[in-house]
Amino acid sequence: MAGMSDAQLKEMNQDERAQALGMTTEQLTGRSLLIEFNEAEEERFAYPWAPDVDFNKRTEIDADGMTTTEVGNKLRALMADGYGTIVVKNPRGMHSLGVGILSRLNLIFEGSLGYFAVGLIDGPNVRINGRVGWSCGENMMSGTIVIAKNAGSTFGAAIRGGDLVCKGSVGSRTGIDMKGGTILVGGDTGALSGFMMQRGRMVVCGNAGKNLGDSMYDGTIYVGGEIRSLGVDAVTEKLSDSDKAWLTRKLTQYEMMPEKGVDHFTKIVAGKQLWNYDNLEPTEKKLIL
Amino acid sequence: MCGIAGLIHRGKSSNVGGEMTAILQALKHRGPDSTGFAVYGPPNPGDYVMRVKVAEQEDMAKGHGIHDQISERIAEVEKRLEYHGAKVKEKEAATEYALRYIIAHDGDTEKMVRHIEEIDSVEILSMGNGLELIKDLGDAAVVAGAYGLETFQGTHAIGHTRMATESDVDIRSAHPYWAFPYNDVSVVHNGQITNYWIMRREMERKGHRFMSNCDSELLAVYTADNLANGASLEDSLRSSITDIDGVFTYLVATKDQLGMAKDTMAAKPLVLYESDDLIAMASEEVAIRSILPQEIDTYDPYDEEVRVWQA
Repeated sequence: MAGMSDAQLKEMNQDERAQALGMTTEQLTGRSLLIEFNEAEEERFAYPWAPDVDFNKRTEIDADGMTTTEVGNKLRALMADGYGTIVVKNPRGMHSLGVGILSRLNLIFEGSLGYFAVGLIDGPNVRINGRVGWSCGENMMSGTIVIAKNAGSTFGAAIRGGDLVCKGSVGSRTGIDMKGGTILVGGDTGALSGFMMQRGRMVVCGNAGKNLGDSMYDGTIYVGGEIRSLGVDAVTEKLSDSDKAWLTRKLTQYEMMPEKGVDHFTKIVAGKQLWNYDNLEPTEKKLIL
Repeated sequence: MCGIAGLIHRGKSSNVGGEMTAILQALKHRGPDSTGFAVYGPPNPGDYVMRVKVAEQEDMAKGHGIHDQISERIAEVEKRLEYHGAKVKEKEAATEYALRYIIAHDGDTEKMVRHIEEIDSVEILSMGNGLELIKDLGDAAVVAGAYGLETFQGTHAIGHTRMATESDVDIRSAHPYWAFPYNDVSVVHNGQITNYWIMRREMERKGHRFMSNCDSELLAVYTADNLANGASLEDSLRSSITDIDGVFTYLVATKDQLGMAKDTMAAKPLVLYESDDLIAMASEEVAIRSILPQEIDTYDPYDEEVRVWQA
């Protein structure tokens, strides 16, 4: 804002004013809003410091006896050496593995992870052949995480982009404060899922616990089973053809398509009109979300 | 934060002391202040195991007088045991201030315990035919080493690593809690109870005793009160979901059962593993993995979930 008078700001259009105020109008495709990417770079896809990895270059880490820090450092060293496919064996429920990876990578965990697994990621494709504890994929910005078994609570908390997939059941408060992206759950989800959801889509093939979508601002939740109760501000809406098409595509993509299709899914959206939020221009919504 | 854990072997004994030590050591980061174990050995209907403390660990640094005081308290404990007709068959002192007695007694144990606890600084930590309740400051390896728990054989156990929040770092505020006067019943808890004082006053009016200001002790007293009114363990766990206000996940062990309850918000974690011969649970998966390193299937119980398993 330095050097800008109110009169000058008034003369500008919305995008110009936002940039002058230090904000960015980059499209919300799951990329971080904080990093300025090179406009000229093809697809503006990678962080300036992201290692150039080769998916065909594959290696393994045996996490047995290693600390979380040691595994993290090893992953980064291997990525710097160009490895694009890394298999981590024997993670045995360790916390905070695979966190903060901001580049393309095929990362496979052969076993279960603990808390905060693969949070804050922007780009990698992660497969976890086991279970995860609380807060898996928290704040993820892009990429995919596919979990073969169950997951703990606060699954995908504050997720901003990408696909977070659990083939089993998840705990409570799934997708709390989610701001984008997609969460897919093959089984059930617990209480207060979608609490304060602001954008994105959540799909639960099984049952949902009480207070689903409580205080949600925006976004969409689809539930294939029973809903114990809806939260404040959450209402059901008719499933449209485009909803069905999207559900079919996503569930088929991750081999989670129920035998009876998607017609039985219940769609939940925000029912409350928020004066501040609903009067925002689309560009302003992008800025605050 | 605190860490809680439980395990129960179905139809067989195992080294539950060593297993629980490994589990609690893996939960050390959730509670470094104190560690507690409630381990259940083979029941011996003829005798009681009584665990008693006659001072706090911190008292030991308070000058030479404490050693004489401890000797006097121990002598008084044994005098009162004799007064109530209890015959001491074995006596061990893991530390100067914590003793283990095996006693033969066929009288009123509640009356005897109340009388012994009238001695200054003396607390009966547990009394039972199978239960041994050990708790002290330090991590699991330190406590298990001091009390010789690494090779304890039994059917089930619960344990706790404590991060002190609302009460002191001392043995009286450490978990597990014995559900006095119910022999062989113990409780561990992770969470905060917000109607503690209301419930405590209610329980005190009914004559229940509280030995600490730790909110978790309420769950032991509450369980004892329900059992006194003829409730089953499952009934008690289920009613606690509505009676107890706050956030909690807690475990209760009896002579042959292990139960769990989770509050209505599911705010405190628990990871469960169930097989035909072993059920193990802990605040974090990494703790279960300390005894089951192979790939296993685990899950989180949901809000208001209550489970009870039989040994």
